[in-house]
Amino acid sequence: MSIETNEEFRPKIVAFCCNWCSYAGADLAGSSRLSYPADVKIIRVPCSCRVNPMFILRAFEKGADGVIMCGCHPGDCHYTTGNYYARRRMTLLFSMLDFIGVENGRTRVEWVSAAEGVKFSQTMNEFVEKIHSLGKNVRLEDLRCRN
Amino acid sequence: MQRIGVFVCHCGTNIAATVDVKKVVEMAAKEPGVVHAEDYQYMCSEAGQAKIINAIHEKNLTGIVVCSCSPRMHEATFRKAAEKAGLNPYMVEIANIREHCSWIHKDMEEATLKAVILARAAIAKVNLDAPLQPGESLVTKRALVIGGGIAGIQSALDIAEAGYEVDIVEKLPSIGGRMSQLDKTFPTLDCSACILTPKMVEAAAHEKINIYTYSEVEKVSGFVGDFTVDIRKKARSVDMSKCTGCGVCSEKCPSKKNPNEFNRGLNNRSAIYIPFAQAIPNVPVIDRENCIKFKTGKCGACSKVCAAGAIDYEQKDEIITQKYGAIVVATGFDVIPLDKYDEYAYSQSKDVITSLELERIMNAAGPTKGHLERLSDGKSPKNIVFVQCVGSRCSDERGKSYCSKICCMYTAKHAMLIRDKYPDTNVTVFYIDVRTPGKNFDEFYRRAVEDYGVNYVKGQVGKVIPQPDGTLMVQASDLLENKQILMEADMVVLAAAIEPNKDVRKIATMLTASIDTNNFLTEAHAKLRPVESPTAGIFLSGVCQGPKDIPETVAQAGAAAVKAIGLLAKDKLTTNPCTAHSDELLCNGCSQCANVCPYGAISYEEKQVNDHGIRETRRIAVVNNALCQGCGACTVTCPSGAMDLQGFSNRQILAEVDAICR
Repeated sequence: MSIETNEEFRPKIVAFCCNWCSYAGADLAGSSRLSYPADVKIIRVPCSCRVNPMFILRAFEKGADGVIMCGCHPGDCHYTTGNYYARRRMTLLFSMLDFIGVENGRTRVEWVSAAEGVKFSQTMNEFVEKIHSLGKNVRLEDLRCRN
Repeated sequence: MQRIGVFVCHCGTNIAATVDVKKVVEMAAKEPGVVHAEDYQYMCSEAGQAKIINAIHEKNLTGIVVCSCSPRMHEATFRKAAEKAGLNPYMVEIANIREHCSWIHKDMEEATLKAVILARAAIAKVNLDAPLQPGESLVTKRALVIGGGIAGIQSALDIAEAGYEVDIVEKLPSIGGRMSQLDKTFPTLDCSACILTPKMVEAAAHEKINIYTYSEVEKVSGFVGDFTVDIRKKARSVDMSKCTGCGVCSEKCPSKKNPNEFNRGLNNRSAIYIPFAQAIPNVPVIDRENCIKFKTGKCGACSKVCAAGAIDYEQKDEIITQKYGAIVVATGFDVIPLDKYDEYAYSQSKDVITSLELERIMNAAGPTKGHLERLSDGKSPKNIVFVQCVGSRCSDERGKSYCSKICCMYTAKHAMLIRDKYPDTNVTVFYIDVRTPGKNFDEFYRRAVEDYGVNYVKGQVGKVIPQPDGTLMVQASDLLENKQILMEADMVVLAAAIEPNKDVRKIATMLTASIDTNNFLTEAHAKLRPVESPTAGIFLSGVCQGPKDIPETVAQAGAAAVKAIGLLAKDKLTTNPCTAHSDELLCNGCSQCANVCPYGAISYEEKQVNDHGIRETRRIAVVNNALCQGCGACTVTCPSGAMDLQGFSNRQILAEVDAICR
């Protein structure tokens, strides 16, 4: 299924970050020079509730090895209730993904406030480490997408 | 097909030191739609912006990508530049290759590759961008100030002076806040009440200021320029319009053993009380939990003695709904509870007190009428020990990681005042560091040491042990002499850390204002927007944002007021055009989107649609662009995929995902 290569495994990781808390937390991690692996690429969304499960499925389809979604802490959502919806959706999605073989370790939800640069960096380090331990994702990927 | 220009910023060496900028330009130029790519030292500079404007003109660009710092920093700058060149400002996307790339990665190859991918994602997104037109919303010319301490009073006065209506909501029965509890203020030693009460009176008398005391904010809805707030005016049980403030009711009240909050519980008050002599309004309040009438139904002494007939046991809480354009948060602070600090014997000995309690003891209106005495036996203390940093700069979870900022200075003040008034009292201060940044602060501290003979010892107090004879044994270390100290004291004063008012979490949630792990409200930018919350229309005044002394609080309160005035002075605001809209051919009118919308922005209309030649009337979701804030909750909820968010559309985010995973 997956094509074995001798190259070092560099996971593809997509991080969805809400504009108000987590994206700002990532900015703070940056300005505080708190490093995390370059494998993580951030997509800015207005709120975690903007993250459609379809986006996450698409990431895996296109060969992502892990997807993490970050939002404001429950109760602190800029839009009052958005992250509650996101939390429910992701709980369902992740259990479905686990059922079809995309292990729970490859998907994660984390709440990071604008003041938590340290937490952002730590979370990303942990997540990348986890993906390394799980290895390349072989489920869901549409091999026709490979170029 | 778009004609896209890519502009890669060096940001001096901030980006260029770890990202090969030329390589990013080279790779970006190969992406679909890109017709122009260049790099420059500082894209945000005048010259950099000129490059963007020129390229838009020369190459007829329809969209641009700037690879630079965070969009939270310069998105607005580049949008304005694009607009200047005649491009719709929403045809601009930013690839964050500084905060999310160059600053966190060390390896050049790795960072360059990531920058290329981030640029690719932004290019994919701008390819699907469409010009957007911002709408307009009206501004309600009235401000709300939450908290009636010195911060709130100052903000309210400044806003009112500019000619706008201001309401102050204060939880306690009187405005005045923490400052009204202080005796003297550093570094000038002027009396706190003498400088605060004129301001309180000025606020109360101001024709543009309306004060709701004994009231709390209950609900906030709306957005910048147009907030709707429910204020709960708690039942005072006293008719404010009739009461003359004579105070006979408090004198005659038989329930007298209730802890006096204003004096930090050091003495008692009656159940009907005016918190302090200069209270505004000078109208008592019945503490219903301790009032005999409310507890047993029998008593009514206050009603019998009130000549004005102002006592009203039947009074009910009242909800006032009001619209505001701007909200200033000035919720202030409290000292941390000391129940986790048993080693200082705070709960065991009456003679171990906090500095705020000492303020009350030293105040002429306090529990001891201003005489410095031990609360256990009323004797004058001969040896007083001050302990600094109780819970501040604390590495474990009992305390706070931050410096409370004011303790070094008020301790110097206390020590100086005590040595001045009671020269035969020995005063020892145990400190970690003495921090005195501020105008005339270090001079003040040096006076305490040099002129008043206060004994400063660098070291921490390990334990305070109450002795059978009523004295206290203080066990401490002297770091400079490198020895252990055992010292007898009659009184120990703890400089307890300050923390944001416990209600601030609730208020922040109502306002959707962000808050940090210490419950201080977060500012929009730590350096450049220190008095604004990231939530538009919310301004921060005083200690709710971080520890501050009085001059800083007043300065910040004024700054918050100016920001609020700047907002209120506008008649209209441009609204964010990144709003949701529904595709009428896909919408089936199921109402799920309206259920999740926190702003009530979605309604339904019977609309004539033309579905591939079939004309019919369907129930369709319609988004009110003035109300929609663009969170996108509806877009994911929509079962038929009819809802989409402009500026963050499904196709755009999928394109970003694709670009990243390519």
